[in-house]
Amino acid sequence: MKNPLALIGSLLAQAALWIAAFISVFPFYWMIVGATNTANDITSGKASFGTHLVENTTKFFTTIDAPRVFGNSFLVSILGTILTLAVTSLAGYGFEIFRSRTRDQIFAGLLLLLSIPFAALIVPLFMMFSRAGLMNTYAGIMLPGIAAIFMIFYFRQNTKSFPHELRDAALLDGLKEWQIFLYIYIPVMRSTYAAAMIIVFMTSWNAYLWPLMVVQTNEMKTITLQLASLASAYTPDYGLIMIANVLATLPTVLVFFLLQRRFVEGMLGSVK
Amino acid sequence: MSNAESRRGNLAGWAFIAPAMVLLGLFMVYPIFWSLWMSFQTGKGLNFKFGGLANIIRLTKDPVFQHALSNTMIFLVVQVPVMIVMALLFAVALNNPALKGRAILRTAIFLPCVTSLVAYSVLFKSMFAVDGVVNHTLMALHVISAPIGWMVEPFWAKVLIILAITWRWTGYNMVFYLAALQNIDPSMYEAARIDGVPAWARFTRITIPMLRPVILFTTVLSTIGTLQLFDEVNTITASAGNGGMPADSTLTLSLYIYNLLFKFVPNYGYAATVSWLIVLIVAVLSWIQFQVAKER
Repeated sequence: MKNPLALIGSLLAQAALWIAAFISVFPFYWMIVGATNTANDITSGKASFGTHLVENTTKFFTTIDAPRVFGNSFLVSILGTILTLAVTSLAGYGFEIFRSRTRDQIFAGLLLLLSIPFAALIVPLFMMFSRAGLMNTYAGIMLPGIAAIFMIFYFRQNTKSFPHELRDAALLDGLKEWQIFLYIYIPVMRSTYAAAMIIVFMTSWNAYLWPLMVVQTNEMKTITLQLASLASAYTPDYGLIMIANVLATLPTVLVFFLLQRRFVEGMLGSVK
Repeated sequence: MSNAESRRGNLAGWAFIAPAMVLLGLFMVYPIFWSLWMSFQTGKGLNFKFGGLANIIRLTKDPVFQHALSNTMIFLVVQVPVMIVMALLFAVALNNPALKGRAILRTAIFLPCVTSLVAYSVLFKSMFAVDGVVNHTLMALHVISAPIGWMVEPFWAKVLIILAITWRWTGYNMVFYLAALQNIDPSMYEAARIDGVPAWARFTRITIPMLRPVILFTTVLSTIGTLQLFDEVNTITASAGNGGMPADSTLTLSLYIYNLLFKFVPNYGYAATVSWLIVLIVAVLSWIQFQVAKER
């Protein structure tokens, strides 16, 4: 770069990126530090490690039924993710591979549905689910999220990069449509699935508003709900909250780091 | 393709999309029409009667609703553009192969979106306490001389919510742009550079037009998201009062719907009316955004 103006611009861009990165990461540091401090230390801004980690952790595991709460979260998120990926990838594949006028129109209709905010569905869904006896059940928590329109769009878009020759060859070999999907499409598109998995898993792990409405007892609470109720206490115990927060965030952070390479691969995959 | 083959393909096509269509019909299409019907019903609890336009009339006279509406619109108008522009600039800066530490920067800026809305809201609540780490830092840097009452003063409460959402979602949007940038043929930039097109013009003439679909997509998504803002306000500013403290300054439409259902005797009809208003706003805004994207 010979142009001095361009050099300054690039330095500024770098500085901005590093500041943004710092601001992005700081709350994570704050959370970990907070888990080692008392509630008073946290609200008075102590940003260095303290000595209360054991105390906070003990308090967490004695006041909260941790296996139950995390069990609920894992069950709802893993099962929810599998179902969502199955339903939405089938639909995305179906819309792209089997084009017809009617189905194209339906797909356009989905765009309209995509713009319906969940808030608008809360009232009727709440009434439907209470009448159907789905309140306070795992199915009740998972069901409304499975046919995620965003994911149908995502899979259809990515199916455009699925090589048609593979399908044609498989058809000549006498494979049935479902076999092509199961044995060829899924393995070929695994990066696409990995990226989708991250997003869907995190969405269900982190879900709040709908589970808040469906769940009525402590036994059915997910860790996200548990965290929210700890935080809304009249005098929130931040030491306890931070430990809960670390534990609640750990799974999604792990999924993210373990699959990040896949995630990027999946995105780059659409270039080739 | 023979007739039998195309019929087979047609059948398979329906079979593949059927599960999603059934679920969407049950949990989206049916409820949204039910909700429309509900919005013409009045009454508390499960006693409904047809109320005509009573709910709509009530909307025009309800100061709490109007507060919620204006708060939501302020969040929308301030937060979405700031975030989209920042995400775009970060993505373009990160897309430069000469940049050192690209992977670290990308990961760091993307990281906030792994947290749950509740989890990061709790963190922000503790960091922005009056005596908390943010006020301490700002005072040490001489940006402010006295602590800011982030969760006490209506103006700063709004700022806090906007800061929080921006922190959480900028990296998320950035990743969409980064992915789309990878799809732009580098030879386009090469050719422009050889022709002496300056960097800024390359950005506005190549990058922005090429990214237009994904910018539109993320803008629509962010608009819908902001209109539904709930978790953050419910956790950061609402938990001490009955919603949207201080003085309703962060009460949003979704929070108001929630309050109508759970904080008082449930008023399903009126809550449904507020819901439908959100649908209409989303529809109008999405339409405007599509028109703007088409014209440019």
